[in-house]
Amino acid sequence: MSSTLYTPTEHQDLLMNIIESLKEQKGALIPILQSAQDSLGYLSEETLKTISRELSIPYSEVTGVVSFYSYFTTVPRGEFVVRVCLGTACYVRGGKEVLEELKKLLDIQVGDTTPDRLFSLEVGRCFGACGLAPVVLVNDDIHQRVKPTELAAILAQYRVQHSEKEAAEGASA
Amino acid sequence: MFTIQLNNRTVSVREGMTILDAAKQEGIKIPTLCFLEGYSPLGACRVCVTEVEGMRALAAACSTPLVPDMKIQTNSPRVRRARKSVVELLLSEHEGDCKYCTRADDCELKSLANELGIEVQRYEGERTLASTDVSTAALVRDSGKCIKCRRCVTACNQLQGVGALFPQYRGFATSVGPAFRSDLDSVVCVQCGQCSAVCPVGAITEKSHIKEVLAALEDPESHVVVQTAPAIRAALGECFGLPAGTLVTGRMTAALRRIGFDSVFDTNFTADLTIMEEGSELLTRLKAALVEGKPAALPQFSSCSPGWISFTENYFPQFIPNLSSCKSPQQMFGALAKTYYAAKKNIDPEKMVVVSVMPCTAKKFEAARPEMRSSGYQDVDYVLTTRELGKLIQLQGIDFVNLPDEEMDVPMGLSSGAADIFANTGGVMEAALRTVYEVTTGRDLPMEGLHVTPIAGLEGIKEASLVLTDTADPWKFLEGVEVKVAVAHGLGNAAKLLRDIQEGKRSYHFVEIMTCPGGCIGGGGQPRFTTNEVREKRIAAIYAEDDGKPIRKSHDNPAIKEIYAEFLGEPLGQKSHHLLHTHYVNKKEPAEAV
Repeated sequence: MSSTLYTPTEHQDLLMNIIESLKEQKGALIPILQSAQDSLGYLSEETLKTISRELSIPYSEVTGVVSFYSYFTTVPRGEFVVRVCLGTACYVRGGKEVLEELKKLLDIQVGDTTPDRLFSLEVGRCFGACGLAPVVLVNDDIHQRVKPTELAAILAQYRVQHSEKEAAEGASA
Repeated sequence: MFTIQLNNRTVSVREGMTILDAAKQEGIKIPTLCFLEGYSPLGACRVCVTEVEGMRALAAACSTPLVPDMKIQTNSPRVRRARKSVVELLLSEHEGDCKYCTRADDCELKSLANELGIEVQRYEGERTLASTDVSTAALVRDSGKCIKCRRCVTACNQLQGVGALFPQYRGFATSVGPAFRSDLDSVVCVQCGQCSAVCPVGAITEKSHIKEVLAALEDPESHVVVQTAPAIRAALGECFGLPAGTLVTGRMTAALRRIGFDSVFDTNFTADLTIMEEGSELLTRLKAALVEGKPAALPQFSSCSPGWISFTENYFPQFIPNLSSCKSPQQMFGALAKTYYAAKKNIDPEKMVVVSVMPCTAKKFEAARPEMRSSGYQDVDYVLTTRELGKLIQLQGIDFVNLPDEEMDVPMGLSSGAADIFANTGGVMEAALRTVYEVTTGRDLPMEGLHVTPIAGLEGIKEASLVLTDTADPWKFLEGVEVKVAVAHGLGNAAKLLRDIQEGKRSYHFVEIMTCPGGCIGGGGQPRFTTNEVREKRIAAIYAEDDGKPIRKSHDNPAIKEIYAEFLGEPLGQKSHHLLHTHYVNKKEPAEAV
C-alpha cells in the first residue's frame, strides 16, 4: 500500500491506466478495485464513480461490492496501517491491552487515521501466527509478542522511516 | 421429455424445467418470495425449499433444475418446518407495525406467515435498522420493513437497467438500496416504481398524495379537476376484487363524482391532442430531412413516459434532440385545465386544483418538474396512483362494484379509441400511424380494425414499416417513402434499441418507448400483482375499449377540433408551443474534470 499524495491529474491518470489495463478481463470490477486501492490508498467517491462509469456498472452495484468486503476502504488511510490481532490467542495474551495503548498513543479510534496521515488503526481476527501472540502488523511487518510498553518505540521506528523517506525524496527532486 | 416423482406421483416434464416449474404444471403450490417471473432465480430467501431424495440439504425449488427420475417432496414435515423457520426468522427482523402498514391488505410476508401456520413469535432478536427515505418526489423507502428478498434489485437492474438499488454491506447489516445506504436522490433513479410494484412488503411504496387531495376536496373555495390516464380503467377494478381485464370506465367516472371532484375529465383528451402535436412534429422533421435537406433529429422518440425521459436525460443525453418536444398527456392536460378550461368556465386558475390518476409513480416526479408550470401555476398539483385511487374510493365509503356507469364531463372528457391505446405498448405508435397515414394519404390506415399488429404484444422490441402511396398535397414529398417505426417497453429493452440505433444496426423514423413492461397498463402504480397474464388481460380490455368507440382516430375527436378552433389555433402553433411543448436537460454526470 502506498500513501503517496497524488495531484488530481496524477490520481485520475493512474486510475484510468488501472482501469484500461484490467477492464477487458471477465469480472474486472474486483481486480480494478483492489488495484486502485493499492495504488491510491483508498477508494474515494470520485474513484468509485469513475470505475462505475468506465465499466458501465451502476454506482450502487460498485458500492455494494466495496461495502461487502472488509478489505476495501473508502476513507483515506495512513502511510502505515497498524493492525492489531484480536483472534483468540492474541486476545488472551494481551491483544486488547495492546490495542488500548495504541489508541492512547495515536489518539484515534479503530478505523481512523491520524491527522498527519501517518497511521491508521485497524483490528484483525487472527493473522495465522498464534504462536507469536499477541501480534501487531504494520503494513507488511510482523511484530511478535508485543507488550504495551514497547509500542511507543515501534511507532517511533516508523516515524523515522517516514522522515528518512521524505528527506531522500527531497534530495532527489 | 422425461419423468420425475413429484409427491409420489410420476410426472412428465421437459428438459430445463425447475422444481418450481414442475409444481406449477401439476397444480402444486410452493410458496416463493424472492422469485420473480421471467428472471433468473436468486435462491436467496429459501422459502421455496423442497426435499429431494439423495440430496443432504433442502433444495430451493426456484433454482433447482430437474433431472430424470428425481424424487421430490414439496410438502414433507421437514420442508414445512424449514419454511416455517425461514419465515419466522424473516419476521423476527422485520421492523414494522402491520396494523399501520399500507400493505396490510396484500402483504405477501403476512399471508405467507398465515399460510404456514405461524401464530406465535418464537424468535426474539435484533431488528433491522429502520430509516425512511422520502428524498424523491415519487417513492418512499422504509428500510425496517425490507426483508432483503431483492426483487426490487432484479426489477431495477435486469428489467430497467437503471441499477439504483443493490444490496449494500453484508450479513445482518445488509441494506437493499442506493450506494452506501444513501437516499434515493443521491443516485440515478427514474422513479418508475417497478420496485414498488414487485416489493412483497411495505418497504417501497409511492409517496401518497391522498391527504392533499382530500384537503383540496374539502376546501369550498377550490375547484378540483380530475383526469384519469387511459390505463386506469383496465386495472382499477382489481382493487375491488374484480378480475384482471375488467373495464370499469363508467364506474370509475361515477366514483370520481361521488368522491366530490368538480370536473371529471380524461387524460385521453390530451392523448388525442398529443397525436396532433407529435404527428405534426414528425411530419415537420420528415419534411426537413427529405425536402429541405436540413439536419433533422430522426428517429423521433415518443415523450409520454416520464421514466423514459429521465432515462434519456441521465444515460443517453445524445438522444435528447430526438425526443419529441411534446409534453406528456398528463402535463398537457394540466396546462390546458388552468388556461383553456379555466377561462371557458370562468374559474380562477389560482383556485383550481388539478389531480391526476396515473398508473405510474414517475408522474409524481414529472408533475413536480420545474418546467411544468406553463399555466403560471404548477400545472398538475397532485398525482394519485391507481392503487391510491382504490384507497380513496374505499376511504369515501363508496361501494365501487355496484356503481352505475356514468359519462365523463365535456369537453376534456371526450376522446377517441386512439387515446385509449396509449395505455399499452405499441398503442401510441398505432394511434400516431392512424392519424399520420390518413393526413398524408386521405385514406384509412390499411390494416384490419386499424390495428398495427406487428407492434402489439409483449415482445420487448417490435418493428413495423409502411409505404406511403397516392399521397395528397402538401405531402407529395412522402410519396413512396417507407416509414419505419419501432416500439420498445422496459428500459432495458429501450437501452438495447438505442445502442443498436447508435451503432447504425437499426434505423427508423419514429420510435415509441414506454418505461414499464407492457406499457402503462404495467406501470409502477398499478394494483399488485402484475404478471404477464395480468398484462395481457389489461391490454385486451384496452383494445376492446378502443374497438367499441364510435371515433377511433385522434383527429376525428370533435373536442380536439374545437380546442384548435377556439383556443390553440394550429398544431405546433405559438400557443401550443407555449403550453404543450417542453425541453429536456442533460443530467449525465460529466467525466471528472481533470
